[in-house]
Amino acid sequence: MLGEEFRGLPGSASLIEAGIIDSTGVLELVGFLEETYGVEIADSELVPENLDSIDNILRFMAVKRNSGPT
Amino acid sequence: MSAVSRGTAEPLTPAALEIDCEQVTGEIVDALRRIVSRELRRQGAVVALSGGIDSSVTAALCVRAFGPTRSLALLMPEADSDERTLSLSRAVAGALGMEAVHEDITPILQAAGCYRKRDDAVRELIPELGEGWRWKIALPSVVGSDSYRLFTLVAQAPDGRTVEVRLPAKNYLAVVAATNFKQRVRKMIEYYHADRLNYAVAGTPNRLEYDQGFFVKGGDGAADVKPIAHLYKTQVYRLAEYLELPEAVLRLQPTTDTYSLAQSQEEFYFSLPLEKLDLCLYAHNHGLPAESVAGAVGLSVEDVGRIFRDIEQKRRATRYLHLPALLVEPVTEVPVTEQLSADS
Repeated sequence: MLGEEFRGLPGSASLIEAGIIDSTGVLELVGFLEETYGVEIADSELVPENLDSIDNILRFMAVKRNSGPT
Repeated sequence: MSAVSRGTAEPLTPAALEIDCEQVTGEIVDALRRIVSRELRRQGAVVALSGGIDSSVTAALCVRAFGPTRSLALLMPEADSDERTLSLSRAVAGALGMEAVHEDITPILQAAGCYRKRDDAVRELIPELGEGWRWKIALPSVVGSDSYRLFTLVAQAPDGRTVEVRLPAKNYLAVVAATNFKQRVRKMIEYYHADRLNYAVAGTPNRLEYDQGFFVKGGDGAADVKPIAHLYKTQVYRLAEYLELPEAVLRLQPTTDTYSLAQSQEEFYFSLPLEKLDLCLYAHNHGLPAESVAGAVGLSVEDVGRIFRDIEQKRRATRYLHLPALLVEPVTEVPVTEQLSADS
């Protein structure tokens, strides 16, 4: 999803504000995470605190995977 | 239009969008004549009528600019169009004294696989969807939450039962790609008639649609001139009244007229009633703080802030729709739009 030009992007950078993903990108990201990690992401979890930076995604996935099958 | 000083927190009111309809009509008519005859070297205009307010006002302005004999109305419904689309469009063309050509685009869409490809993408999510079902895609409101808003497929069974499923990216893109055939086929027919008559194609976006990228590239986004792209939706309604368009058109709620289940533009794209979004966009464009518009639209300052961010996000996401084909190196011998305008 991320191209060469985004190498070095801080883990805390907002993916939306940096123009890396847009609304379709969020849709793709959610699908990618659900398929790759076998989790189900609820509507209430579709918030920037979970998905708008690499750090947030890693933290969110760690919590989701530790909480077992949803 | 009332003056609003930049950056103040003075409360905004709907009066900010008031216009002098006679003056605005005169300016657009003059501009249409100049653009179409002097810059485009065409002798009239083709307008696709949808029965909605924007295309009706655009047609009325073209008739004022070129006369009814040099303005052609195209009526292009298809299988999913609202049953009122054709009668409203006919009423508008009739009221304006324009010649109207009716071309049902359903057979072209069937031949292109529009319906089949779209329905295949939907049936992957709701396998039971079949004859008698109606459906649409919808977006949650921007108000009240910072959640990302993902498209939902809403389907209604013949017995009235409703099924809602979140649309995965692949299916969302497949549905949009297939339904975009509709706008692109219409544009192909508009240019057929424009070519045979040596007319220009008048596009019909209002300012919200143009600014927020609510159009199909190469479809309704394509045109030779866009006479009302600088007008807020509220202002288009004022012009419609001034131009004495049929009452039924003035009362109609804006819809996409694209899916079988009724779908407002609000739930498909804008996520907010258009009169509220008008004021928010106006405030944002004039550098006014969220505090100044919250009262006028009946929303919290936080929600207006969300709307401002959504406006910017949509501008970023749809920038590509506005861009022409980009060149690796400039071809300086071919004048660009700015140079053409400067010459006129």
